[in-house]
Amino acid sequence: MNVKTQTILWIAQRASAAVLALCVTVHLATMVYAIRGGLSAAEILSRTKGNAGWLAFYTVFVLAVTVHAPIGLRSVVTEWFGWRGAARDVFLLGLAMLLAVMGMRAVLGVFL
Amino acid sequence: MTHIQRVLDPTLAYRFACRVGMCGSCAMTVNGVARWTCRTHVDKVVKNDRMEIAPLRNLPVIRDLVTDMREFFDKWAKAKGQFSGRLTKNEDFQKVKPDSLERVAVDAGIECIGCAVCYSSCDVVSWNPDYLGPAALNRAWTLVKDERDSKKIERLRAVAGDAGCHSCHTHMSCTEHCPKQISPTAGIAGLKREVSLALFRKAL
Ligand code: SF4
Ligand code: SF4
Ligand code: FES
Repeated sequence: MNVKTQTILWIAQRASAAVLALCVTVHLATMVYAIRGGLSAAEILSRTKGNAGWLAFYTVFVLAVTVHAPIGLRSVVTEWFGWRGAARDVFLLGLAMLLAVMGMRAVLGVFL
Repeated sequence: MTHIQRVLDPTLAYRFACRVGMCGSCAMTVNGVARWTCRTHVDKVVKNDRMEIAPLRNLPVIRDLVTDMREFFDKWAKAKGQFSGRLTKNEDFQKVKPDSLERVAVDAGIECIGCAVCYSSCDVVSWNPDYLGPAALNRAWTLVKDERDSKKIERLRAVAGDAGCHSCHTHMSCTEHCPKQISPTAGIAGLKREVSLALFRKAL
């Protein structure tokens, strides 16, 4: 991987961190609100189903996680376990795809 | 040290030259912390009447307290730490305003004595042997900000990515321990900025 790609990864991780900071705040505030107000699962689903706003919000959230987590893990496996080279990057790409699929499944699950 | 070598154990190997904090050759680990030993008073660092002196961390030991500094300085070269001017000797001196933003940034990092205290204090160097380290990156930063230098983009390429500024965790051990009160961390942050700018301008 050349230094240009490495630099792009670094920027992508910083940018996704900024998006995540916002998403996590909104997500936590919503959870607290939903629980405090005593909303049941059925009531929550009735609000999320077909709601394009929540669909867009959680899609952004999942994509930010997909970008952020594997890049962070890349440093962790390199520095802690000395794992370098192409195999590591292929593994992390696979992990990113797994996160995207699982995350989007959950998002669509409460939308459809 | 000199007392130990002259009186107690003449075989002891250690390194010093100037004894006034200029040459950067006397750095060692004193009670677990990297320091320039010529300017370190025993009464400031002694703990419970004990003092342990060890070689610098993150560098191969040659003998006793003497470490092999080749890797450390080779990384300066890898970070393109050589000045490369634009003018020839036939032209007049290029004037640099002492209070320009660029020159102020250079001044903040230029007094490095190459002692490797920062290098020895940096965990990222221990974890990632390719990491260029705080001193080499600080050197590159002072050249990136030098208006007279002509190799800015090559240098930014040399210090970007996994082996360069992007691996710094901003722990600031280097800044905390540098005997010349330099902040390599600030220089490295500056390099990250310059590299990103170069990337956005499609120059990288
Ligand atoms: S701030 Fe960066 S260079 Fe300095 S000790 Fe920490 S990781 Fe190393
Ligand atoms: S930056 Fe400071 S600690 Fe590092 S080599 Fe230069 S003088 Fe020594
Ligand atoms: S002997 Fe020169 S800096 Fe200590």
